[in-house]
Amino acid sequence: MFSNFDFSVILNSWRYLFFDGMAFTLTLTALAAVGGVVLGTLIAMMRLSGLPVLPQVAKAYVNFMRSLPLVLVIFWFYFLVPYIGQWIIGAERPIQVGAFSSSLITFTLFEAAYFSEIMRAGIQSIPKGQSAAASALGLTYWQSMGNVILPQAFRNMLPVLLTQTIVLFQDTSLVYVLSITDFLGAASKVAQRDGRLVEMYLFAAVVYFAVCFIASLLVRRLQRRVAIIR
Amino acid sequence: MTSSAMPPVSPVPEPQAAVDAAPGTGPVGTLLTECPPVAATTGPMIAIDNVSKWYGDFQVLTNCTTSVTKGEVVVVCGPSGSGKSTLIKCVNALEPFQKGQITVDGTKIADKKTNLPKLRSRVGMVFQHFELFPHLSITDNLSLAQRKVLGRGKAEAEAKGLALLERVGLKAHAHKFPGQLSGGQQQRVAIARALAMNPIVMLFDEPTSALDPEMVGEVLDVMVELAREGMTMMVVTHEMGFARKVANRVIFMDKGEIVEDAQKEEFFGSPRSERAQTFLSRILSH
Ligand SMILES: Nc1ncnc2c1ncn2[C@@H]1O[C@H](COP(=O)(O)OP(=O)(O)OP(=O)(O)O)[C@@H](O)[C@H]1O
Ligand SMILES: [Mg+2]
Repeated sequence: MFSNFDFSVILNSWRYLFFDGMAFTLTLTALAAVGGVVLGTLIAMMRLSGLPVLPQVAKAYVNFMRSLPLVLVIFWFYFLVPYIGQWIIGAERPIQVGAFSSSLITFTLFEAAYFSEIMRAGIQSIPKGQSAAASALGLTYWQSMGNVILPQAFRNMLPVLLTQTIVLFQDTSLVYVLSITDFLGAASKVAQRDGRLVEMYLFAAVVYFAVCFIASLLVRRLQRRVAIIR
Repeated sequence: MTSSAMPPVSPVPEPQAAVDAAPGTGPVGTLLTECPPVAATTGPMIAIDNVSKWYGDFQVLTNCTTSVTKGEVVVVCGPSGSGKSTLIKCVNALEPFQKGQITVDGTKIADKKTNLPKLRSRVGMVFQHFELFPHLSITDNLSLAQRKVLGRGKAEAEAKGLALLERVGLKAHAHKFPGQLSGGQQQRVAIARALAMNPIVMLFDEPTSALDPEMVGEVLDVMVELAREGMTMMVVTHEMGFARKVANRVIFMDKGEIVEDAQKEEFFGSPRSERAQTFLSRILSH
């Protein structure tokens, strides 16, 4: 059935696909995951702080982000923010937000909502006695968080955080709507140039599947190794 | 005051001298490697004055008044749910209270200006479930607060931790993680961790009640030694053997009230309240 397929298109373009496309995808995934976990952890801490207002703000943010389609956020951020920025600083022209920084900020803000729910569960899974013991030793809130609670929460949640990162890896393909050359963007450009749509999209699917499948296997292995002895 | 069982609290009680050794005169290699710093106040180490606490509508503590003098060992007992843990947690402000006053070494803990982390660092606390930090090695468990709170260097903190570990008989386990130790061993580490901060007073909340029976002794031994070295201790426990051996006073609580607060001999001789008598006969009968 593949008799009239021409897979040489892949051989001819693999450098472009991987060194341009996949490199962008992986960089965006890694940076957005780190940014999302940091911001998500802060949001989770706000949510659990027991202080006035902060928990509601955190909750509203998470619910807002989770009820928007990601594509919309990407579009909104890329097309509207230059104008909002222009309006805020009163510039003559829309301010320039590069495609990379635009998508990085979008993914960080969006994923933070999901990571914050994971970190919230992680923090809540640590017995109350742990923070009591930390306080009793004289550690401040931030010292106790940084040295006692978050390291344990993070280790407990690492498999879930990584699984969410795999989802993020797949989601980054949506930046192709901004005609950014991520892996899918690169594949679709080659496909259109050479008129080999089926071959290229099939290949892209295989690559996404392989990366995610192998990453999931590694996460499961890691899960067994990081567990804290109790 | 609901009963006549409460003895009057003298403003400046005399230090108790009922322990075998006076502070600082223990044998070489004691648990207290240096004399804890004590402010030059003449009042009691812990003064609990008319403290009441509510969880919503439910009153957990009702007008609790007592004090602990320097070098004194006070055992707190009473039925489950009587507020023992709550009272002891109020002493280092782990739990807030709505009425009354608690003073630790002259510092009012409910005062907004009080630096609570600093105050807590001078009050050692040992929990029923040990609460060692499971992600850190024993060495790191012992040095974390020394370094972060007291600003000690890594080498100094680890040396201090190791010395205390040796005193509780666990030097060989320094590199292990809490999950690799037995309950009794973990609780001894927890005591060493509290002592590493050079506390002026130690609080214990049922330190042996989560342990298998054969491990209770090893923890009590450490506590007895500590008491004999002159540590000021407030101990929630049902181990009446421990109370008989080293306590100066025994406090009996019921339904959030201090029902009985008496010298040990007096308490075991003739507890005056009916509730205390019932409680004692129940726990001493097995
Ligand atoms: N966070 C809380 N919220 C509401 N009620 C509480 C809370 N903590 C404790 N209580 C209640 O306060 C009362 C006293 O509790 P506390 O833990 O001080 O008792 P205890 O004397 O230490 O008992 P035990 O011997 O079981 O440890 C109990 O009735 C308990 O149910
Ligand atoms: Mg209790």
